[in-house]
Parts: sequence; C-alpha cells; structure tokens
Amino acid sequence: MRLIGFGFRRHATYWAAAAAGAFTNTVFGILRAYVLIALWQARPGLGGYGVVEAVTFCFLTQSYIGPMQVFGGGLDLPQRIRTGDVALDLVRPASLQLWSLSEDLGRAAYLFVARSVPPTLVGALLFGIVLPAGLATWAAFMVSFVLGVVVSFGWRYLVALATCWVIDDRGLSVLSMILTTFFSGLMLPLVIFPGWLGTLARALPWAAMVQVPADVYLGKTPVAGSLAFQAFWAAVLLGAGALATAAARRKVVIQGG
Amino acid sequence: MVRTYLLLVWAWTRAAAQYPVSFALMTVGGFVTSGLDIAVIWVIFTNTTSLGGFDLSEVMFLYGTAALSFALADLLFSNVERISQHIRAGTFDVILIRPVSPFVQIATERFVPHRIGKVIQGAAVLVFALARLDVPLERGWMIPVMVASGTVIFTALWALGGAAQFLLTNAPEVANAFTYGGATLTQYPLSVYGGELVRGVTYVLPLAFVNWQPGLYVLDRDDPLGLPYWLRFLSPVAAAAMALVAVLAWRAGVRHYRSTGS
Repeated sequence: MRLIGFGFRRHATYWAAAAAGAFTNTVFGILRAYVLIALWQARPGLGGYGVVEAVTFCFLTQSYIGPMQVFGGGLDLPQRIRTGDVALDLVRPASLQLWSLSEDLGRAAYLFVARSVPPTLVGALLFGIVLPAGLATWAAFMVSFVLGVVVSFGWRYLVALATCWVIDDRGLSVLSMILTTFFSGLMLPLVIFPGWLGTLARALPWAAMVQVPADVYLGKTPVAGSLAFQAFWAAVLLGAGALATAAARRKVVIQGG
Repeated sequence: MVRTYLLLVWAWTRAAAQYPVSFALMTVGGFVTSGLDIAVIWVIFTNTTSLGGFDLSEVMFLYGTAALSFALADLLFSNVERISQHIRAGTFDVILIRPVSPFVQIATERFVPHRIGKVIQGAAVLVFALARLDVPLERGWMIPVMVASGTVIFTALWALGGAAQFLLTNAPEVANAFTYGGATLTQYPLSVYGGELVRGVTYVLPLAFVNWQPGLYVLDRDDPLGLPYWLRFLSPVAAAAMALVAVLAWRAGVRHYRSTGS
C-alpha cells in the first residue's frame, strides 16, 4: 500500500509532462471523435452505439492511454535488466512482481487524475458525453477500470521481463504497441470489427484494457460477465508473470558475477 | 548546407547499417505500424461505403498523399524533436559552437534510416489508390506538387515544434499534438471534421494544403464547405509561408536559448 503511495508521488513530480500528455490526448480525442461521428452518421446505431455513445467511447479510450499505458512502457524494468540493477530488486524481501504492480498502480492512480479527467471533461464540453446510468454503474466502472490497469500491467510486465532473454527490447515493444493499440479498442471500438476478427479481438486480453471498461461505463454489457472476463485475463497474465519471474531469477543467477 | 546534411545523413546511415538485423526489423516495424492506419480505414469501410462523402479509393488517395508527405518529413527532419533533450541537458552549447548550422546538426543526429519503412507504406497506399482511381494526366500533375508541398509543410511544423521547445522545456509532448496530430488530421477527408476546424486548418495553420485542397482538384470534386476554387492551387504558396514562419521561429528560439549554467 505504501508503495502505491510512493508510485503516486513519484509521478506527481512530473506534472508538466502529464499536462502535456493530457493536452495531446485531448487533441487526438477531438480528431477521432469527428471520424467516429462521420461513421455513425452514415450508419446510425452501428455496433449498438448511438452517436453520443460513440463519442463518449472515443474520449474514454483516450483517457485510458495514460493509466493503462496503451502505448507500452511505464515500467523501469527493461532498463534495470539491461544495466543489471535488477539483481538488487531480486534480493529484496518482496516479490519483484508485486513490487512493480504496487508502483504501477500508484502511477496509474496519478495519471487517472492528471490525464484521464481533462480529456473527458473537454469531450463533455465540446460534444457532450453520456454519464453512467447510476451509482451501481459508477462502482462497476471503477472496479473494471482497476482490473483494466492490472491486466495492462500483467501484459507490460511480461513484455518487460522478456528483456532478460532478448536483450534488445525495442522490437518487442513495437510489437506490443501494435497489438495493444489495435486490439484494445483504442483505434476503433471492437464492436464494429467484422466477423471472426471481431470475435477474436473481443476474446483477447487487450479487450480487457480498453473496450470492456468503456462498455461497463456505457452499460452495454452484463457487469458480472465483463468483470469475470477481466479477472480471468488478469489472473492468467499475472500467473504467467510469476512463472517468468521465477525463470528470470535462475537466468540472472547464471549471469551473475 | 545541403552537402553537410547529406554527409551527416550518410555517416549515420552507415552507422545503422552496422546492425543489419536490427535495421531490417525496425524498417518492417515502421511499415507495419503505419499499416495499422490502413487496417483502421479498412474496418471503417467494412461498415460503410462512404465516409464524409468519399469512397474507399478516394480516402486511400487522401491518406496516401498525406502519409507519404508526413513520412518524408519524418524521415528527413523529425529528429529536431530531440532538441528538447539538448536544451534540458545543456548540451545545446556544444552544438552552437560547431561550425555547422544547428538545424542541420539536430536533424541528422542519430538519423534513423529505418523510417524509410513508413515512406514505402505511404507510397504503396498512394499507388494502390491511383490504380483504382484512374486520374487523367491533366489533373495528375498536381500529385507530385502536393506531396512536395506537404513535405515542406510538415517539415516546417517539426521545426516550429522544435522552436517551441525553447519555451516549453518541461513539456515537449505538446508539440506532438501538432505534428502527429496534423498527420492524423490529414489522413481523413476534412469533410468529416467540423466547419470551424477546417477553416482553422485552411487559413491559420495551413494543413488543408497538404492534401485536402489539391486533392479535391485531383479528384475533381466540389468543396463540401464551398471554399473558393483557387485555394486548390495554393499549396506551394502555403508551404513557402509555413517555411518562412518556421525559419523565423527557429532563429528566435536559438537566440532565446540560455544554457543551464551548470
């Protein structure tokens, strides 16, 4: 818990960078909103969304970019693996994975305030957005949002840990960014993906980061099923992360000295 | 200046060629990343036959010209965004005392030739769109003009973003909203955006001249906003004006520079 607080405070130091990020997210939100409006004017009710809901979706997804680190990164781990500092992290009497998760939750909490709220407010002022139907939906959305951050962490942690084996992490982070931006629903809502591609995209873990929390907010999906879907992927990714940490520990021991 | 630029670019290209596998992978990576835009357009057009009054081939033509212009500017000059690191670290001093233009130095520093992947992607989309459109030669001459003007406009935008770093030392990301934002804006027909936004990018920040106004001429379409016909031929003028503003801003920025003093 204290680590979450430290993560929050550490990132709060860089308020100007967060403000710049929020500004950029807002500009892109406006551009994307216009494209979606044009599409929904041609096809009203597409994917079960109305125009206002599509615009809401657009600004919600822009506001997830910071907390969920949709473009990847956010963890110090790859750099610490390259420099060997990770050896220090591994001898600490705390699990490397839990340690990173706490820091990441603190980071996400700060970025939620700094980078999620402003674009959503601007979107509400310029275009008008939908608010959740009631207190229960708000609560469900908050749970879904946190689960989304955990799933995002689970994925980014795996990508970061892979640096132990591939050394140069740039290729992997590009691949991760492509998969995440396209299959999370950031670029377009997954509900309008055609046929089998849509079915596949909605079943993959990336959907749990952006599409599902947005659908919970809009009340477009049964809450229990969505949260279970997110919890499932969070458990799978964190489990894989724990296995990979154990494997990395042995790997580091071999390199040590 | 051009000779120095080419010399430095060649030096960094040879440096990158020392790691051929990494170079090839990053080139493919750039190609695929920008290919995602096309995937998005494809998904949109599986749901509709026209966006903002334009069909798939026309949208691909507008996308291809914008993407090609942006990728060329990105390949050749986008390194100027590195200037923010130099300003914060105070290493811009070193650049100022070298007998080469600071702009050329920054633009070529760690020049990344794998951005050619994006250029190839943009060019491929443009060729594909032209194959489906059947543009007659008497209007087709505009295509190289618009790509060249677009490249100048985007380059000027990068330079303006670089100049702004002298003021925004803590928030380099703000410039991204205009450079990458401009690239995103021009990927779609401007008719999808609101009227004020389109007038803004026509008369204030001339992004409409990258591909929209000359594109209407090539496609032989009426302006959905009813702006004057002669605007279609003004891309080179807009590019020259942008370049002038960028040069002045860059010079003012360099003069404004104060070292970190440590």
